[in-house]
Amino acid sequence: MTHHLSSPISEEAIRELKVGDQVLISGVVFTGRDAVHKYLHDGGALPDGVNLDGGILYHCGPVVLKEDNGEWKVTAAGPTTSIREEPYQGDIMKQFGIRGVIGKGGMADKTLAACQEHGAVYLHAIGGAAQVLAECITKVRDVHMLEEFGSPEAIWEFEVRDFPAVVTMDSHGESLHKDIHARSGEALAKRR
Amino acid sequence: MSRLRESLVELIRRTSAEIPDDVQSAILRGLEQEKEGTIAKSALEIIERNIDLAKRKSQPICQDTGSILFYVDCPVGLDQVEFEQEAREAVKEATRLGYLRQNSVDSITGKNDGTNLGTGSPNLHFHQHASDDIAVRLVLKGGGCENVGAQFSLPNTPLEANRDLDGCRKVILEAVHQAQGRGCGPGVLGVCIGGDRATGYEFSKREFLRNLDDRNPDPKLDELEQDILSTANELGIGPMGFGGKTTLLGVKIGAANRVPASYFVSVSYMCWAFRRHGATLADNGEITGWLY
Repeated sequence: MTHHLSSPISEEAIRELKVGDQVLISGVVFTGRDAVHKYLHDGGALPDGVNLDGGILYHCGPVVLKEDNGEWKVTAAGPTTSIREEPYQGDIMKQFGIRGVIGKGGMADKTLAACQEHGAVYLHAIGGAAQVLAECITKVRDVHMLEEFGSPEAIWEFEVRDFPAVVTMDSHGESLHKDIHARSGEALAKRR
Repeated sequence: MSRLRESLVELIRRTSAEIPDDVQSAILRGLEQEKEGTIAKSALEIIERNIDLAKRKSQPICQDTGSILFYVDCPVGLDQVEFEQEAREAVKEATRLGYLRQNSVDSITGKNDGTNLGTGSPNLHFHQHASDDIAVRLVLKGGGCENVGAQFSLPNTPLEANRDLDGCRKVILEAVHQAQGRGCGPGVLGVCIGGDRATGYEFSKREFLRNLDDRNPDPKLDELEQDILSTANELGIGPMGFGGKTTLLGVKIGAANRVPASYFVSVSYMCWAFRRHGATLADNGEITGWLY
């Protein structure tokens, strides 16, 4: 079954989601990747206008062009590999009240434990599907820390509609990544 | 703008926005074999839609437009200094046009000046040959798949991998298992058996210039390629690591001589967004044909 998610998201709504559920996300999402995670984890403050409480953080470094009229246009916006944020994600999730993290490749035990404790999910988008996902971005509301971090690493504030993703880590301690890793390991052992 | 620069901008555009036919056919075969209603199937459907959309809109298939690797076969006498300068200008122009993301970061200062130019970016490999033809191939290799590449030094005790083809098989399959879906599978492996640490990876990437449908002329390597492809697809890792039958789209293996003390197996992983094109050029820089 397909669930519809829209920020701000309540803890109850998040706890209903299970590994393997397909979701369509609408509303506001903020991007944040390596530089942002390190900055926040080092005690950096969120810039004015960025509110992650009940919100969704997207591991993404988009291609964004400035049009002649001054508006931003997203031309490519797929997810980046999430595991690089593993040292920081759980703490940042709890500190800022994040309910959903969109990325690719999944994350590990620390984040899984934070998802369970705080009530959050990991939403796996299709890596590389930059065009399909860019089409789901209906508006660039703002950009933060562009000067400090450069375009791919900045905090972009997007409005999205029906952005597709799969719950691969839920708030009940389940992880599709852990499961597939173990099962494929057993399959490999038989074929070694 | 010079004719050569225009041609190189077009090569970059095409490489970034249009998946080569051999790769698309392999993705379609994967799509057909995944079961209806699975997340593996819906992942491949989104991938297929993405490929069509990128081509139609002439925009990057993937936002990570990757490391920029040019492979140039050229006659003796081609001015490589000028060629490199034109390639750098073409990269700058293609970045301005949005075919490439502002994707090159100074490793020490962390600064991204937005041009994609810097030490090692773009990376050009020239090869002079005894022919008048100029052929330029371009690979754009994203960071996600680059990060799951692996290099093994044999023998490897934990994997019980000795210095033979069976040992190579074990470590290559280990690399597939370690990568799971993180390299944006279904992917393609480029492997080099032998070489030193640098040339091993270098040659492993050159395997991506081969057509996915070709067969290795060395029967032993051909057998190993087919074996790893079918075994990897039995592991159940699937597209994006969601589970499923399509873990790899292809395996390409080459070999290089080694010194007696070393036995490296270098594995490069290419994501499904396999961006590789090539063109033949006339003396004036004009494109005379496409290679893939």
